[in-house]
Amino acid sequence: MANFLVWVVWFGAAFACLASALGVVSFGNPFYSALALIGNLASLAVLFLLLSGEFVAAGQVLVYGGAVMVMFLFVIAYLGDRTDESPWSGGPSWQVVGAILAGAAILAEVCVVVGLKAGGFLSSSHHVGRSFGSPASIGRLFLTDHLLAFEVTSIVLLVAAVGGVVLGSHARQEVESDARA
Amino acid sequence: MHGPDIQWYVVLSALLFATGALGVMLRRNPLIILLSVEIMLNAANLLLIAFARLHGREDGQIFAISVMAVAASEVVVGLGLIVAMGRRNIELDVDKLRTLRG
Repeated sequence: MANFLVWVVWFGAAFACLASALGVVSFGNPFYSALALIGNLASLAVLFLLLSGEFVAAGQVLVYGGAVMVMFLFVIAYLGDRTDESPWSGGPSWQVVGAILAGAAILAEVCVVVGLKAGGFLSSSHHVGRSFGSPASIGRLFLTDHLLAFEVTSIVLLVAAVGGVVLGSHARQEVESDARA
Repeated sequence: MHGPDIQWYVVLSALLFATGALGVMLRRNPLIILLSVEIMLNAANLLLIAFARLHGREDGQIFAISVMAVAASEVVVGLGLIVAMGRRNIELDVDKLRTLRG
């Protein structure tokens, strides 16, 4: 019974994930696309929970669904109503056909490469303990084995924050000098 | 609790990645291109966490958290560029952006 329930949750989350990803790609209004991406991130968090990645699922909802998407929605609201047409509306152009062909090629390549390289190792799943993926064990790994990744990540975030401030102030100065000229 | 095998996750992740790549190639609005890049990053994250579960080691989850931090920084810089374009009233269309200088 529990097994059946896991499959039901998995198919629900996977379907929501793919449907909202297609929504992101095909909505004309960027606001709807951002809202569809929030659904995509939430259903991915459900899949992470099924894979016993509790801390990553919580981080996904808080960091992505909270912080990053609020930033996206603010920028879309700041730029105002600039709806562009849906990619499917203008009839099949060579760009659309080429993009779909290239996307199908990427899909086939990923499946074939992963299937060939890892075909024999994919069946046996390890048994994991209760603390697998908990904040305590993730934090312990971050401060022992992966300390370098932790520090590099903090530097990357700092550089990005400084870059965002510089880009914003630079644009404001240029607009003001354009207005004066 | 015995859920789906790793093959299901691989196929789902490949489908998500292809959808994101389709969005990057198909759309011309840089905002939606950024959103599609997020889908691709999340497809990679899903595979990292699925293989971490398969091998019973948490290193994949550590990597996934680092990917999330990098994605957040990428969004900050990308949105800064888009806001700068919007302030100078440049049309938000990557096909018409020939140069990055004014």
